[in-house]
Amino acid sequence: MTISATDPNGPLYYNGWYHLFYQYNPDSAIWGNITWAHAISKDLIHWLHLPFAMVPDQWYDINGVWTGSATILPDGRIMMIYTGDTYDVVQVQCLAYPANLSDPLLLKWVKDPSNPVLFPPPGIGPKDFRDPTTAWLSPDGDKWRITIGSKIGKTGISLNYETKDFIKYDLMDGFLHQVPGTGMWECVDFYPVSMVGQNGLDTSVNGPGIKHVLKASLDDDKNDYYALGTYDPIKNKWTPDDPELDVGIGLRYDYGKYYASKTFYDQHKKRRILWGWIRETDAESLDLLKGWAGVQSIPRSIVFDKKTGNNILQWPVEEVESLRSSSVEFKDVTLVPGSIIPLEVHSPSQADIVVSFDIDKKTIEEAANMSYDCSKSGGAVNRGPLGPFGIIVLGDETLSELTPIYFYIAKAYNGKPDTHFCADELRSSKASDVEKIVYGSTVPVVEGEKYTIRSLVDHSIVESFAQGGRSVITSRIYPTKAINDAARIFLFNNATKAKVTASIKIWKMDTADIHPFPLDQI
Amino acid sequence: MKNQQIICLILLTLIIIHQTYADENLIQTTCNNTPNYQLCINTLRASPGSATVDMAGLGLIMVAAVKAMSEQALSAVNSLRKSGQPKLSQPLQRCTDFYNGVLKADVPMAEEALRKGDPKFGEDGMVDAAFEAELCEGAFKGVVAPPPSLSGFNKDVRDLAGVARAIIRNLL
Repeated sequence: MTISATDPNGPLYYNGWYHLFYQYNPDSAIWGNITWAHAISKDLIHWLHLPFAMVPDQWYDINGVWTGSATILPDGRIMMIYTGDTYDVVQVQCLAYPANLSDPLLLKWVKDPSNPVLFPPPGIGPKDFRDPTTAWLSPDGDKWRITIGSKIGKTGISLNYETKDFIKYDLMDGFLHQVPGTGMWECVDFYPVSMVGQNGLDTSVNGPGIKHVLKASLDDDKNDYYALGTYDPIKNKWTPDDPELDVGIGLRYDYGKYYASKTFYDQHKKRRILWGWIRETDAESLDLLKGWAGVQSIPRSIVFDKKTGNNILQWPVEEVESLRSSSVEFKDVTLVPGSIIPLEVHSPSQADIVVSFDIDKKTIEEAANMSYDCSKSGGAVNRGPLGPFGIIVLGDETLSELTPIYFYIAKAYNGKPDTHFCADELRSSKASDVEKIVYGSTVPVVEGEKYTIRSLVDHSIVESFAQGGRSVITSRIYPTKAINDAARIFLFNNATKAKVTASIKIWKMDTADIHPFPLDQI
Repeated sequence: MKNQQIICLILLTLIIIHQTYADENLIQTTCNNTPNYQLCINTLRASPGSATVDMAGLGLIMVAAVKAMSEQALSAVNSLRKSGQPKLSQPLQRCTDFYNGVLKADVPMAEEALRKGDPKFGEDGMVDAAFEAELCEGAFKGVVAPPPSLSGFNKDVRDLAGVARAIIRNLL
């Protein structure tokens, strides 16, 4: 059996269960025949497969039951709005809801007889109208608002709609926002974050001490971009805090392979949680042979970064820590320039690594100015005075295969040090049929902070978080030698001048089993 | 013929000529934005439907060309395997896998994506098709020189997939 899994859909928490739906092709390891697969969990870690929630069986979604979002109403009803691809390939929006709200598994879903509830409006192409968001309340609390990404020419836009019943909608004047040159906005997401509190916020919350995140998946470059800004609920417009870092031209959720992501408000633990699709980076012929393609990332909680004030922090949900079993720890390891130290660990291919690095301030002050760019750097072989230093994961004993995840400090022309956080896949595998590039970006380092990385290694997926989640890189690695217990983890310092001190703790991670829900036992 | 009918006929002819030039214009503009103008023009003009389709249609014509060339490549691989040269055996097996990838995954996915209106999967398919052809060429490295006929096909698939990708990017 071959399958393909892509975008996460309609995530929600209801009646004791977390639900995740996702785009699924039951017939092949390539995108097509899109249905809504359905899985549930009590803890976001151990998942149970349920039967498909929706299949393409109506004229308005016969060519695909595409991405959508859930809104939980105050009275407990769930409204799922999703994009259907019609028999004549027009993108329309449709409404569905659980057949039986007292069924905690939400097994059966009903498509509203009024479907489709939205057709592409005038001026919008029939193939440029998809991925409706979760709804939020209007200021008077009597209407619901959603936004839907699209494009006009090469300008990415997000359309505004209002509705009382999720069946009849009014297209509002003007766009929630637009950014020229960014192309089609897919999987738009729009949600508030608290500047002062620790918790996530329900999508309808607004007021002082709150910023709104606007996010789009850019069709053009297959990356997810976000920006922080202010939402004016009267004009129904969002304005970025920094127009130079607007949606699509500024920050990314993730500097590796990560797309079509979507958040939801977890009212159970009061968190804003992010799901994302991680695609394969090996040749399709291999996906056919292995019979599957596409995985979901480990869910991340999102909060506003109070220290910098101009980005969010992502962090693996705390439930992941329940998979930690035995650990090893090495404190205050000195790494002189040009050193590489192998670490004795159990289960190096399934590990949770937390490491912090310290570097002498004077060395930074004395270093010459230079520029750096992870993607053009040629990776960790290229040395500078203040970098690269970091960890190596999925390395084999002879380092014929290795994936360095590292920091590189480069003093900009104004004398201020920029810290770059990169993942180097150039030598990650001896196989030729996999993608090999260096991912990364700059990451803000606040005065007094050490350089920290948390890296979750799971065989062919590595998710790495710098400075508590200020910058994240998801990598797909396909080693041929550095697999299972033959893999090794190393600390390294390939800088020419900086002496680095590292403290590292590595946990063995148990496997999170995933199996079908035993429906015959209910 | 009455004057009115002559005028109608002239107008009709002008409309047909204009329409043909307009579509020829689309083909020329589109091909100008691809890495291989001549290959693009030759391929599109050779397809009888190209004068009347839209951008997605041009994309589908190009994907069909990638499919046809890949079928020929696979056919060449099979012939070479029958010739039974032992050193060629392993690289040819890998090429079979690579071209099966193009024909069973990349091409169907690109066709589906272009028909259903989510073109980025079409771009992905064509990027991978070029990759698979490159991998086939690379499979001979360090073993024996790739058979020239197969090298020719590998290059053609790469070039055609590159043009297809450029056309599809217009739809993103």
